[in-house]
Amino acid sequence: MAKTIEEINERIKKGKAVVFTAEEIIDYAAEKGIKKAAQEVDVVTTGTFGPMCSSGAYFNVGHTKPRIKLGGGRTYLNDVPVYTGLAAVDLFLGATAMPDDDPRNKIFPGRFAYGGGHVIEELVAGKDVRLTATAYGTDCYPRKTLETYISLKDMNEAVLFNIRNAYQNYNVAVNLSDKVIYTYMGVLQPKMGNANYCSAGQLSPLLNDPYYKTIGIGTRIFLGGGIGYVVGSGTQHNPNVKRTEGGVPKMGAGTLSVKGDLKMMSPKWLRGTSLTGYGATLTVGIGIPIPILDEEILRYTMVRDEEIYAQVVDYSEAYPQCIPGSLGEVNYRELRSGKISVQGKEVPTAGLSSYFKAREIAEILKEWIEAGKFFLTNPVEPIPSVDSGIVFKSLKERPIKKR
Amino acid sequence: MQKKRVVLNYPSHLTDQPVISRLIKNYDLEINILRGWITPREQGRLVLEITGKRPALEAGMNYLKEMGVETQPLAQDVRWHEDRCTHCSACISICPTKALDIDRKRMEVSFHKDRCIACEGCIPVCPYQAMEILF
Repeated sequence: MAKTIEEINERIKKGKAVVFTAEEIIDYAAEKGIKKAAQEVDVVTTGTFGPMCSSGAYFNVGHTKPRIKLGGGRTYLNDVPVYTGLAAVDLFLGATAMPDDDPRNKIFPGRFAYGGGHVIEELVAGKDVRLTATAYGTDCYPRKTLETYISLKDMNEAVLFNIRNAYQNYNVAVNLSDKVIYTYMGVLQPKMGNANYCSAGQLSPLLNDPYYKTIGIGTRIFLGGGIGYVVGSGTQHNPNVKRTEGGVPKMGAGTLSVKGDLKMMSPKWLRGTSLTGYGATLTVGIGIPIPILDEEILRYTMVRDEEIYAQVVDYSEAYPQCIPGSLGEVNYRELRSGKISVQGKEVPTAGLSSYFKAREIAEILKEWIEAGKFFLTNPVEPIPSVDSGIVFKSLKERPIKKR
Repeated sequence: MQKKRVVLNYPSHLTDQPVISRLIKNYDLEINILRGWITPREQGRLVLEITGKRPALEAGMNYLKEMGVETQPLAQDVRWHEDRCTHCSACISICPTKALDIDRKRMEVSFHKDRCIACEGCIPVCPYQAMEILF
């Protein structure tokens, strides 16, 4: 018999909800039988902890006396530039922003030791950061410069707002060239010396709800150690990719946009990240509860690493030049074992997404629900699925005519 | 037999002397040079793995001291900041000696100082600056 979110919440309130992590449910449901387990289990918790670009935060820093209009001027947090084209004292800080004087890749490979993600980590840790700005001055906002320390508690609002997170599956990156390359998938050794992957596999949120039957707009989630919400599908959301018989995408597919109150989050789950030769970003911890409304939804959460496949892609030529195709398919059980076989060659693997931390997030979310501190939400709207007709576009360049 | 991994700091006046050669010949020690470099002021630095009988090893270390070579265990100079490590495992396929290792069941990364040869391979691959080598 099917359950409702309201019924599950009622059981959470009474401290009677039955909760498993996406790892635990696999053996439990196999042993109990799907029918029985679907009746018994209320929630399956998922987790992921990896570098997630397209993350950022917005802040309202409060008005100065006399007033300053930061919009149209230049503003920095710890020398990292923020976007001010919003209003007087609203700022948006992107995770990959970096100080103007960072040498980038001028001394190759650049270290990218400090960027927007690191500012977010420091703010969440309660530290003071330097807010510096220059503005053009107006009659109502006469001030032209600002230099002050500021911390999260000084601000009116501080909101983590990530427009693309929690990628449903991802490429496995290798390097076919004869020199080391430095990518957003890590340092890749020549001649397929290593292979890097980036997904929590069987623990990953969207791999446990492959058709987005429960995760939608308004879903309450674990975000950065606090509470957040799914805003909608993320940018590059692309449900129409090759899938296994079980419905699991065999490559990057769905994404989520998420938000949450930064003041409630923890530096343990939001980490500034430096990818040598590539840039800075933010590593984000996300955990999403999946309500076990019926047998079908339970079956999706029983997905195992060996049933989740990813494409091996060459990042020396195929990826940068947008040459489609894959060097082969491997599953996450193989990836997590430490070696895979690609075109007859044994290649050592390493992760960028932490399975260890993903498990910890799923366990924390489970504890919150069991303790009656976290309730599930009905999505306001589903996010687009395979029937949406979404086509993932590349940029078609059109030459600009010179007059 | 005993094995030691040490960092040697040579003052500039010793760089033209066959210190290591004497260490091998006179003390019957096996030397494996892990790293070596000379700074612009002609001070030398060597990372060695020394193997030999305990008395010989002690005598050899005394010889180095008498010569004016500062020695310290390698392990002191390599740090794994556990609080910064996210156990992502990016370092695992790079580390040649399994000093950085992973428990595949728990997917938990650990650092074993005694296996580290200070090759620095982990430094650029760690996205969280969790590895530090203080030379």
